Amino acid sequence: MSSLPVFQGGHPEAAARFVENEPRTHWHDQSLWFVREKRDRAASLVPDWEALRDAAAGIRAHVRGRLPELLEEFERNAVARGAKVHWAADAGEHNEIVHRILAERGVTRLVKSKSMLTEECGLNPYLEARGIEVVDTDLGERIVQLRHEPPSHIIFPAIHLKREEIGELFHEKLSTPAGLSDPTKLTEAARGHLRQRFLRAQAGLTGVNFAVAETGGVVVCTNEGNADMGTSLPPVHIACMGVEKIVPSLEHLAVLIRLLARSATGQPVTSYTSHFHGPMPGGELHIVVVDNGRSRLLADPAVRGLLACIRCGACLNTCPVYRRSGGYSYGWVVPGPIGSALAAARDPASHATLPFASTLCGSCDAVCPVRIPIHDTLLGERRTLAARGLIAPGKRLGLALVGLLLRSRASYEAAGGLLRFALKWFPRFLLYGPWNVWGRRRELPAPPVESFRQTWRRTRGPLPSPAPRGKGSPGTSAGGSPRG
Amino acid sequence: MDSRRRILDALRNASPPAAPAPDLSRVGVRWDDPVARLTDAVAAVAGKLVRVPDRAGLAAAVAALAAELGAGRIGSAVEGVPGRVDLSAISDPHGLEGLGLAVLPGAFAVAENGAVWVSGDAFRPRATFVITEHLALVVSVRDVVHDMHEAYRRIAFPAAGFGTFIAGPSKTADIEQALVIGAHGARSCTLFLVG
Amino acid sequence: MGAPPGTLLRARPAGATWQTPPVRAALFVPCYVDQLWPGAAMSAVRVLEAHGVEVVFPEDQTCCGQPMANAGLAAAAEPLARRFLEVFGGFDAVVCPSGSCTSMVRNHYDPFLAGAPGFDRLKARTYELCEFLVDVLGFRGAQGRFPHKVALHQSCHGLRELGLGVESESTRPKSNKVDGLLRTLGGIELVPLARADECCGFGGTFAVGEEAVSVLMGKDRIADHEQAGAEIVTGTDVSCLIHLRSLAQRDRKPLKFMHVAEVLAEALP
Repeated sequence: MSSLPVFQGGHPEAAARFVENEPRTHWHDQSLWFVREKRDRAASLVPDWEALRDAAAGIRAHVRGRLPELLEEFERNAVARGAKVHWAADAGEHNEIVHRILAERGVTRLVKSKSMLTEECGLNPYLEARGIEVVDTDLGERIVQLRHEPPSHIIFPAIHLKREEIGELFHEKLSTPAGLSDPTKLTEAARGHLRQRFLRAQAGLTGVNFAVAETGGVVVCTNEGNADMGTSLPPVHIACMGVEKIVPSLEHLAVLIRLLARSATGQPVTSYTSHFHGPMPGGELHIVVVDNGRSRLLADPAVRGLLACIRCGACLNTCPVYRRSGGYSYGWVVPGPIGSALAAARDPASHATLPFASTLCGSCDAVCPVRIPIHDTLLGERRTLAARGLIAPGKRLGLALVGLLLRSRASYEAAGGLLRFALKWFPRFLLYGPWNVWGRRRELPAPPVESFRQTWRRTRGPLPSPAPRGKGSPGTSAGGSPRG
Repeated sequence: MDSRRRILDALRNASPPAAPAPDLSRVGVRWDDPVARLTDAVAAVAGKLVRVPDRAGLAAAVAALAAELGAGRIGSAVEGVPGRVDLSAISDPHGLEGLGLAVLPGAFAVAENGAVWVSGDAFRPRATFVITEHLALVVSVRDVVHDMHEAYRRIAFPAAGFGTFIAGPSKTADIEQALVIGAHGARSCTLFLVG
Repeated sequence: MGAPPGTLLRARPAGATWQTPPVRAALFVPCYVDQLWPGAAMSAVRVLEAHGVEVVFPEDQTCCGQPMANAGLAAAAEPLARRFLEVFGGFDAVVCPSGSCTSMVRNHYDPFLAGAPGFDRLKARTYELCEFLVDVLGFRGAQGRFPHKVALHQSCHGLRELGLGVESESTRPKSNKVDGLLRTLGGIELVPLARADECCGFGGTFAVGEEAVSVLMGKDRIADHEQAGAEIVTGTDVSCLIHLRSLAQRDRKPLKFMHVAEVLAEALP
């Protein structure tokens, strides 16, 4: 079951609540920084890392230009190998298709391995409302499923939880001993619990990391082996993929596989990288190809680059804001930098605070294995929000006014002088009133006696009037020796 | 209009710019000593690598491993390595629950990351590699490739089939980033490099 | 969507190799430096003049427009971009003691000024102070001594958008123009941080709009500088330094904050 927590004030308010528990925020921040460091080490061991990223970005751009033909090629080859290919225009249709496949076969017990796409479509509650037991089998996913929470990270769904909390959860739901919090023992308990589910399952559903047009196959990468357990025991395998997951051929797959795990967890490769071409003997393979807004993103030059994303999570791990606000502060199924960009691209009005949940530091770009210019995209989305009138009026007016003042030297200098006067002479209670957000936790700067230009004028002598525009003449110091 | 048509039309009408096929000439890594590199890589994914001088010694090496692991039920799809469980006779994979050690043939191993390519044509039932408590893979030392580019050049799927890269045992770090070996799949993975 | 794959926003000025370095540079002083931290600009002048550069200060400059542009208010930013081009367009070199303001001109003015006469020339000749010293003046050894324990706070735009250094995320060999400059000062001890280049959390309106996270990010940077044993925190951007200093002052921490120009100027014999 994955319903997103409802919050009113957008990211700032949710983040402020998260940060209230400072020790816990620091613990969350450190956990994710640890993953970022693992990624750094893994990347440093790959001599052609930057060339790989160039190649990957090139592959994704090339694919974006050929999606319809590649998808048709994929379908031909998948069908030729015995798979059934279904097409879902939106989330609702995706859910209906999956349900129909299960219902037609009398399936009431489904096991699932991680798929952000199915989170996006809200598949679990849809199926559960129709009497199908859905068991998420990725350990982190199972943990949050048992807590009736959504995942807070796309790779580490339960990274926001402490081992003691998981221990309590397992004590309640899996009958582990009270107080047990050792990760190895808790994982062992989950192994036993989920093994029973795998053995009883009537169908297995997976996401798709990559789909290969040339061979008609789907590729699923896991460390736990849950996708393989879930698709080799029951006879029915449903694989759900977004349209952008396609790659032309196996040689392109090599590039992306070399980047994925290193970017996501700092491992050279996941424990299992499984390639499914057609069903098992005696089984069925259903591939559900989903649009759900991707074609609209593709149509917008400002955001189509976001479709390159391979869902590695590296940008989440490196984002100083995500680390200190957590996955539940974003209000969308994918949080962090890429999630902010995608959510704001799909529905600016509902996610107007997300492009601003960033200092535009650029760290996300620097770790992205497919070189998505995420922070530039967020900046562009701010422009879109402003153009659509989705920026808070107070902020908009305030900055527009400042912009006006800055358009003439006289008004700029006057405003600057006023600011310094206020900082110097206003009593503290006036300066640090509740309206001064800066002043809540920070001192205002002590104003200098003179602005730079006042000092310059005083020490460099009178200046000529604003000079003619042209090569190199304005503002020469007239007389006086240069002084510090 | 059906959804397939609608989706393909929507993607076409989105008119993304054509981008040339990417240049893949600058990627790839070669190791001076691929076997040494493979040994380190297997350790890095929490696997074990055991050198076996020749095929003849393989059965004994596997038996020793099974004894060490306390594995009673052994299933083998590798010629020359006997197993108590006849994998080829198993029609229902559910019956493999409790299998102690599965011995499967690997087509090749990848030095870059310690992964072994196991083709679905080489063993049955498919669940064997993941349902087993412990896993052993057998690869010839002549079949060590440098990187994933070389690996994928050796792979083709002309017909229905399955294949998987297996890198070490199953694992998870989902609880507080603590690495735990043995999640849902094999609790250990031993690569026998023969030759 | 901007730069082609494989390039980061790191517009090295096209005319960056000079046969004879320009001896005349226009000083671009960020608005908040002018009004709130003029010492950084005065020090920049001293350092440039000590290396034979004639510094001129075009008084008609006001602000590059970054706060408005970063808030998405293109209409408010555009007139300021045009003004900037008018004021600075004619000079052989424009030098600015700020990474983010320099990056604004080189990397973010295109939506407003693309195609405007003189714009490409302006982009090619606008420099952050340290990169001007190192790349254009060929500055290899600083003059003087600065016997203090100093931590370098690497401001994000200068680092990742201007390429003042190789960012920690990269696998390329690490090098850093600002760090390199500082290391040539006699007696200086540059203390290593636990996180070399994490953002300070200022981010312009972010500092107010996302106050809780902004403050925590700033406090965490301060804690890093403290645990490294820094007496003085320096950097290329006064915006970051104001943010960190204002947090340190509220918590009464003894850390001192100096712009890189001020460090270099103080060290001048």
